[in-house]
Amino acid sequence: MANLTMREAVNLTLHQEMARDSNVIVLGEDVVGGMGTAGGPEAIGGIWKATIGLYDKFGAGRVLDTPISEAAIIGAAAGAALTGKRPVAELMFADFIGVCLDQIWNQIAKFRYMFGGRTRCPVVIRITYGAGVNAAAQHSQAPYALMTAIPGIKVVMPATPADAKGLLTTAIRDDDPVLFFEHKALYAIKGEVPDGDYMIPFGHAKLVREGKDATIVTCGQMVGFAERAADALARDGIACDVLDLRTTSPLDEEAILDSVEMTGRLVIVDESPPRCSLASDISGIVGNQAFAALKAPIEMVTAPHSPVPFARELEKAYLPSPAGIEAAVRKTLGYRSERRG
Amino acid sequence: MQLSREQLIRAYRQMKTIREFEERLHTEIQTGQIAGFTHLYAGQEAVAVGVCENLTNEDYIISTHRGHGHCIAKGCDVRAMMKELFGRRDGLCKGKGGSMHIADVSKGMLGANGIVGAGAPIAVGAAISAKLDGNGRVSVTFSGDGACNQGTTFEAMNMAVVLKVPVIFVFENNHYSEHTGHKYAVGSGDIAARAEAFGMRVWRGNGSDFFDTDQIMREVVEYCRTTGLPAAVELDTERFFGHFEGDPQRYRGAGEVNRLRQERDCLTAFRAAVVSANLLDDAQLDGIDVEVLKLIDDAVADARVAPPPEASQVLEDVYISY
Repeated sequence: MANLTMREAVNLTLHQEMARDSNVIVLGEDVVGGMGTAGGPEAIGGIWKATIGLYDKFGAGRVLDTPISEAAIIGAAAGAALTGKRPVAELMFADFIGVCLDQIWNQIAKFRYMFGGRTRCPVVIRITYGAGVNAAAQHSQAPYALMTAIPGIKVVMPATPADAKGLLTTAIRDDDPVLFFEHKALYAIKGEVPDGDYMIPFGHAKLVREGKDATIVTCGQMVGFAERAADALARDGIACDVLDLRTTSPLDEEAILDSVEMTGRLVIVDESPPRCSLASDISGIVGNQAFAALKAPIEMVTAPHSPVPFARELEKAYLPSPAGIEAAVRKTLGYRSERRG
Repeated sequence: MQLSREQLIRAYRQMKTIREFEERLHTEIQTGQIAGFTHLYAGQEAVAVGVCENLTNEDYIISTHRGHGHCIAKGCDVRAMMKELFGRRDGLCKGKGGSMHIADVSKGMLGANGIVGAGAPIAVGAAISAKLDGNGRVSVTFSGDGACNQGTTFEAMNMAVVLKVPVIFVFENNHYSEHTGHKYAVGSGDIAARAEAFGMRVWRGNGSDFFDTDQIMREVVEYCRTTGLPAAVELDTERFFGHFEGDPQRYRGAGEVNRLRQERDCLTAFRAAVVSANLLDDAQLDGIDVEVLKLIDDAVADARVAPPPEASQVLEDVYISY
């Protein structure tokens, strides 16, 4: 075990996988940084420092610093994957999916299907996402639900440094395309990370708090928020299951349904706006498949139907909060007694 | 002419196969047996064949929505292609791709593509693989005078120059981006000049003349293989059918298509050149024509009776594991 930040865990995993498999390559804007400057390569070390040291160790052939050309970065990753490589492309901000969506949605996600299963496209796109650092509307979004809606790609969201290592290792070795969402507000959090080869299978949610009174389902940055809410509720004797989905595609429906069938009450916490969201999707699945188990309406704690605002006060109002999650749990618990009253 | 007799026969057979494949599709589509959107390549055969005859099986190409010619020129199985267009279970892509997504990666054919301009960045990626593997392969992306206006094409050209990878941007200027003239849509009118401005060597040629295209591509492929650098080629050519099958082509001038078929047919030009130079005779070429027609007849007959996919196959090949 080593105590690492999530940033360090991502970096360590990239080093390990590049050393393990010479077909793994890394490309993106400023993944080296400083190219063509007086400071020279690695003068920046990658905008998120997640790729630091890779260029020095593996060289320009496998660590490709690209121009600001997101469509070409993701397209080049697609072409390299079709021809035998395992590219790990970095998309500096999730919002830039808007610039390269065609390559994700119409190309990478569909090659295997369109070509009758006669190819594979093992691309990993590392995508920095999420609100909480006052980066405003075009650098703060959490568009994982948009990506989850696309057949042909997998969507992964680590909430801890250990999960970042285990899930990124699995992503790089996976033969299907994977979008790997890294929350910018989580890069500095620390945690114990297993040494050596560490893989976490996709489609298996992690139960991070256990309790029979209500189920909280969430992912990414919201896992920590949900844990804080659950801990506050525990002090009042209310015990919650908190499920960290880890991957939204594939989605661990069984874990969600099993928990809801036990607790009868569900709160879904989602950093994105509510319409056509992960929260509404899970709500639909549970309503459809565990209707009889529900003792109260499903609560969704989400961002509002608005862009991400800039000012601290507004961004705080935008993001779901531990207090808001706590209130939603109390609301589901009060539902039957309200009706009786 | 530096081509051997075998090379000439092969080039003619390839061009003729593309032509007959497309002419037959044009009539088959009218019977209603072939569903969907089909874009025919007839008229442009000298480009696909002139390019691909200078490539190996291991080199990569990525094509466009008008991709049947590139497929055949790169060696894809004609019978499996026809079955794919009929939407059959044992089509080249199991009936999942159809005309606009036809592909055979085992032949280095990374797919037709329904998104105009999407292929160029993907070809850069294939060239990154080739450079890293040090195997001397090159990667070719076909684009039309329509795709040359997409930002992805510009991004890909710049990135190819920055990363120094062996990708060849072949621009087939057939003078129509869908239903719009290139004189209107290509601002400067000069596609090769754009590529040159990104910092790569460019060539220009007559894409309706196999020999001109072949000669240029020999130089370009040699240049890219030896330097590992990108290059671009603009080839002037003609589209004999509409943008898509069913296109009423009201944008064409009076008698335009007939004139093009008279004056700019690469097959007619090829035959005249090789016969007048005593390299091949009419009887030999006629013999190839008969063989090609039989191949297409057989491919259509096979495809008509081939079984369709099972409904359960809709979920196959979305993922390798999920």
